Amino acid sequence: MAVKTSKKAASIDMTAMCDVAFLLLTFFILTATAKVPEALPVDMPASTVQSKLPESNLATLTIGKGKVFFDLKGKEVRVQTLEKMAEKYGVEFTDEDKKEFSLMEGFGVDIASLKSIIEMKSAERTKANQPGVPKDSLNNQLADWLRIARQANIDINDKELEIAIKGDAKEEYPSIRKVMDILQDQGVNSFSLVTGLRGKDF
Amino acid sequence: MAELNTGDGGGGKDKKVRSKKQNSKVDLTAMVDLAFLLITFFMLTTTLSKPKAMELGLPDKEDPNVKNQNIKVDENRTMTILLGDNNKLVRYVGLLATPVAGGAPKEFTYGKDGIRKELLDRKKSVLAYSTAKGKPKNGMIVIIKPSKKSNYRNLIDILDEMGIVEVPTYAIVNDFSPEETKLLEGK
Repeated sequence: MAVKTSKKAASIDMTAMCDVAFLLLTFFILTATAKVPEALPVDMPASTVQSKLPESNLATLTIGKGKVFFDLKGKEVRVQTLEKMAEKYGVEFTDEDKKEFSLMEGFGVDIASLKSIIEMKSAERTKANQPGVPKDSLNNQLADWLRIARQANIDINDKELEIAIKGDAKEEYPSIRKVMDILQDQGVNSFSLVTGLRGKDF
Repeated sequence: MAELNTGDGGGGKDKKVRSKKQNSKVDLTAMVDLAFLLITFFMLTTTLSKPKAMELGLPDKEDPNVKNQNIKVDENRTMTILLGDNNKLVRYVGLLATPVAGGAPKEFTYGKDGIRKELLDRKKSVLAYSTAKGKPKNGMIVIIKPSKKSNYRNLIDILDEMGIVEVPTYAIVNDFSPEETKLLEGK
């Protein structure tokens, strides 16, 4: 009998601990934001800066392989930007298109073919080989997207839109400079460069 | 709680009942281990994977028709860093034709053992120079000139270096003089 009781005491009841552990696990899984698949995957260079990228009021310009992709945070801002752009370039978008656009990731096409990209499924978009937003001087849609998005953000959020440049580490400097020039032409002299994190002892 | 319902089928053989009773408790240790491992993973990935943002302010773009950039800067305070292809980095201090003592064009590497040391040394000597002149607030000025062949990583690295060394004034300049182009291609 005595042997039996000592055997029972040897194992601790883990039930409560298990409960707590899974509760925390569930919490962290749910709060972790699912990573949105990027339309243009880039390898960001690392730096030692500590400040984080803002979560809202942000437009991201992703530069890689000579292409520029445009992404904007905030559903309402996106819808309004799309409406204004459609008006300017004479392209029609249905309400469903606008809704889909407000939820999708960044894009990199001419506005004329944006509709076909919106209608694709998310997995297809990454494979679609989008050519990048036109940014040459004759057809500078990137500048228009930026200008209209900034205006839309002021209308809706009453704040100046922050602009982040997310470049591929191997991207040559002239294409980065081209984007910076477009920004500066609009009087945006201050923006963020998105980088990864690097150890302190670099 | 964690006991398995072994069923009270008392009608079976004696042996069978006993064996079932022995593992009536499930060992949760492994499960807890796993749960905490996953917690750790999710905690770290949620906080660490957020991209960082480096703030960059550029000066107002000047009108190409209006040329009034005749700001006199002491050449002893300026260091020019040229970024070339294949992670090449050349720096000189002062004017290219007449560099300051010890400031002739020289190639450096990125990082702790390369340009950082040079920047720190130069920062100190510039400070000493300015203090001697009675203006200790005039720190070093670094001019970064990325060439067409340099890549984005080079630019970020050198800007990061500016942040680490705490260079008071630095600027990205895009004009290359023919001599500077030759300097980058020559060596």
